[in-house]
Order: sequence, then structure tokens, then C-alpha cells
Amino acid sequence: MVDLKRVFKKYNDKNVINDVSVSVEKGTITSFIGPNGAGKSTLISMVSRLIAKDEGDITIDGKDITTQKNNEMAKKISILKQSNNLNLRLTIRELVSFGRFPYSQGRLTKEDWEKVDEAIDYMELRDMQDKYLDELSGGQRQRAHIAMVIAQDTEYILLDEPLNNLDMRHSVQIMKTLRKLVDDMGKTILIVIHDINFASCYSDHIVALKDGEIVKQGRTCDVIDNCVLRDIYDMDIDVQYVNNQRICVYFA
Amino acid sequence: MGYKKKTITLAIIAAVVTLIYVLYDLSGNIGYILPRRIISVVAIILTAAAIGFATTVFMTITNNRILTPNILGLDSLYMLLQTFIIFAFGSQSLVMMSSNINYLLSVGVMVLFSLLLYRLLFKGENNNIYFLLLIGMILGTFFGSFTDFMQVLIDPNEFMVAQDQMFASINNVNENLVYLSLGLMVLVTLYFSRFYKYLDVLALGKDQAINLGVPYNYVVKRLLIIVAILISIATALVGPITFLGLLVVNVAYEFLKTFRHFYLIIGSILISIIALVGGQFFVAEVFTFQTTISVIINFIGGIYFIYLLLKENKTW
Repeated sequence: MVDLKRVFKKYNDKNVINDVSVSVEKGTITSFIGPNGAGKSTLISMVSRLIAKDEGDITIDGKDITTQKNNEMAKKISILKQSNNLNLRLTIRELVSFGRFPYSQGRLTKEDWEKVDEAIDYMELRDMQDKYLDELSGGQRQRAHIAMVIAQDTEYILLDEPLNNLDMRHSVQIMKTLRKLVDDMGKTILIVIHDINFASCYSDHIVALKDGEIVKQGRTCDVIDNCVLRDIYDMDIDVQYVNNQRICVYFA
Repeated sequence: MGYKKKTITLAIIAAVVTLIYVLYDLSGNIGYILPRRIISVVAIILTAAAIGFATTVFMTITNNRILTPNILGLDSLYMLLQTFIIFAFGSQSLVMMSSNINYLLSVGVMVLFSLLLYRLLFKGENNNIYFLLLIGMILGTFFGSFTDFMQVLIDPNEFMVAQDQMFASINNVNENLVYLSLGLMVLVTLYFSRFYKYLDVLALGKDQAINLGVPYNYVVKRLLIIVAILISIATALVGPITFLGLLVVNVAYEFLKTFRHFYLIIGSILISIIALVGGQFFVAEVFTFQTTISVIINFIGGIYFIYLLLKENKTW
């Protein structure tokens, strides 16, 4: 369980997160949606310790994240940010092996390398594992980063707009992988996502934010709804059923 | 050739250059010349190692390849301190005359200054590297102007003494200071070994480092203190050498083509030794002391810096 209780965050007197309480169940995909500047990334960054909260409690499995050891937290929760500009020249395999750092502190054991191999296979990167990251396309690079997160082998995985700049095929591929991680390996995934149709098709729960506050949270079917979406995005969004999925039509 | 072999090659070259420096044209009173040459080569190696080591760590922490710790105003502060002592107490004062006291004072002031600066850096929670750079550069300029101001006011003879401190000089290094620096370097390196494992991960950036369980602020603060101590040692020992760090670390990256800091640090130190010992040899034997090592290093470093800036718009 990831629990946020009455969390606040200010940047220069502006409340970017205002009294947010969320709880995320184990073994689910929870999507965080909302317009630009709603505080989605800030919220997820606070859960992952990248930035500090001002007020409130954030607990993971009942333990406060700020009192836990950094290294122990890194075995429990991992985050993938939207910008991954590395000025290092790394191969895919080297990048993925960094995921084992919390366990091995840089001295990888045989078991660590097995985990690295598993993660590479899981993301189907074996053929190109010795390629350098700067030789890859955006989709391949994103997969390499996800492989690293898989190698880190944490119960909770946080992703900040993992579909950014990806085409449809790669987006679907990545969402399917995430779904598989939850269904097969029992991971819990928190994801910030802009495309509400991906959120609708792949997530169990949705948390909708606007201006740093929660507009609505609940099961996907409760949030993907005309009235709720109008509240979130200030526009009329038509929800249609296609193959038993709720699809939002907002293009015209 | 892999990076391990390359590192060994560098070590061999460094050893050869050092031997040439010590043994070249060794005639006359060997018992007098040899110990002096050894002391001077040890001083050069210490300086080179401190700069190579510190710059590699600094560039990793700041995630860039152009910013060196020297740009943060430590050099200017050193010059300000030297000039101020001459201005206030005269060149005949105890502090100026006793290089031990001068050395300890310089190192102390520079480390204190860095600690203050770092407090600013870590006050906010945003990535304030650019803020640090800005403050460091402004303070550096301020120190420089203030130094100039005092130098204009002092007696011309005193100014000669002040100017003497301005350029790195390895020709007459105090023996005691070499031992002192060596001791400090060993202590710093021992302290550093606790944080060494984090460097590879820190190179991935702040977010990734935190994600992978590095106690980021704790580690970076201590690494920056280590950097400040190393640079202070080098500057107080021989004087400011601006571009050496930039030069050697980038050459190490280009040459070794690895991200492993164990090899990068050793490589930078070795290239630094080759550049400084070799450069000093040229200064002594080719230019017959008509120029100083810092002039040569700054000349080559300046050209390389411009090249880096031009290359910046492409990938590293």
C-alpha cells in the first residue's frame, strides 16, 4: 500500500499540491491524470523521494518514506522520470546493470547478473544489449530504462509519462508490459499519463488531479465519465464503448 | 585496446616521464641535485593527482564536462588572500615568510569558503548547480577585482612578491609542505574510499542516484568538501593552474571511453602527471625557465576549452 495523507507542497508560496490524500492498492496499475500543471509529476516525485513534501504523511506498507534507509527504499520503490538525458556513454546492458546497485553497491554478483539478463530478456533487448544508448531510437531507449527498473526488482514502480514521444506501437507495447508486470509478477505501478485512453484501457484505478487537488479518484469506470472528465479538463469529452473499453473522443 | 590496457599504458608513460624528469642530465653534485629533483617531482605529482582526482569527481557531481572546481573562485580567493596578507602585514610578515603558516592558512580559508558556498548550493531542493556556478563566478570576479585594487595600492616591491604568488611555480617547493600535502592527500583519499562506490551512479544524474538508493545530499556534500580540500592543497602547494583539470579529465574520458570511475580517476591522475611533469621538463630544458608551466597549460587548455565549446552543440 502506498498511502498519502493530507500532503501539501509549495513552490514559492504557490500551492502545487494542496491537501492530497491518496491510497494505492497493491497489485494494481493506478494512473494519475489531469491537465498540465495539475501536480501529477510533483506528487509522484514526492512518493519516490526525489523531492521533499512540505506537510503530510507518505507511507509505503505502513512505513514513513522519510525515515527509511535510502538503500532499503531503493529495493522497495523505483521511479522512471520522463527525461532521461544521460551524458554518459552506456550500453543497454551496462544501464540495466545499474538497477542492481541497491543490492550489490556496484559489485555485481552472479545472481545480480542473472537478474540483469532476465530484465533484458523480459524487455526483448537481448539482440541489442551491447548497443550504446545514443544509438537507439526513443522507443528502444525507453524499453532499456524500463528494463533497468525491472532489474531493480522493486514491489512498487513509478513512471512519469513513460509514453512521451513514443509512437502508438511502442506505447501499446510498453503499456502491455506494465500490465504483464502487474498481472504476472504482482508489481504495483503508479503512472503519470496524458493519454486518457491509455489510462482507461490499462489501469485499475485512476486519480484525477487539477490545480494540485484531487478532483476524483476511484475505479477506472468511475472516473472515465462525461461529467467527471468535464470537471477535470474543462471540455466536453464524449465517452464511447468500443470492444468493451471506454474510449474518450475529444479530437473534435 | 580496452580501458584497462589503456590505463596501464598511461601508467607506464607517466613512470617514464617521471624518470626522465628526475634522471635527465644528472651530473655534478648528485647528492645535492637528486633529492631536490625528487622532492620537486613529488610536488608535481601531488598537484597533478589532486587536480585530476578533484576535477573528475566534481564533473561527475555536477553532471557536466566543462565546469571545473577552479572556476568556482578558489584560485581568485587564494590570490586575494596572498595579496591581502601582503597588503595588511607586508611581505616581510611572518605569514608571508613562513610557507608552512601560509600554506595552512590558505588551505583553511579555501576550504571554509567552499563550505559556505555549498551551504548555498544545498539550501534549495532544486538542482542548483547553475546557481552555484553563478555565485562562484561572481565571487571569483569580485575577489579578482579586489585583489587588483589592493595590488595597485601596495608598494611596487611588495607587488613583485604578490605577483610571484600568482603563477604556479614548482621550481622551489618547500620540502615540509610536500610531506604535509602528501599526508593530507592520503587522509582525503581514505575518507573518499567510503563514497567511491557512489560515483558511477551519481553520473546518471540526481534523480537516478536517489532512485538507486544513494543518500544524495549527504554524499554530494562530502564529495564536494573532498574536492575543495584537494584543490586547496594543489593551489596552496604550487599556485593556480586553471585549465589543467578541464584538460586532463576530458582527455581521460575521450581516451578511456568508459564510465567506470575507478579507471577514469586513475586515468585523469596519470594524464595529469604526464602533462605536468612533462610540461615542467619542457619549461626547464627547452624554454630554460623563460616561461612558466601555468602559461603553457593555460595556452593548451584555453585552446581545448574553445574546442569543447564548439563541440558542445554536438553530442559528447
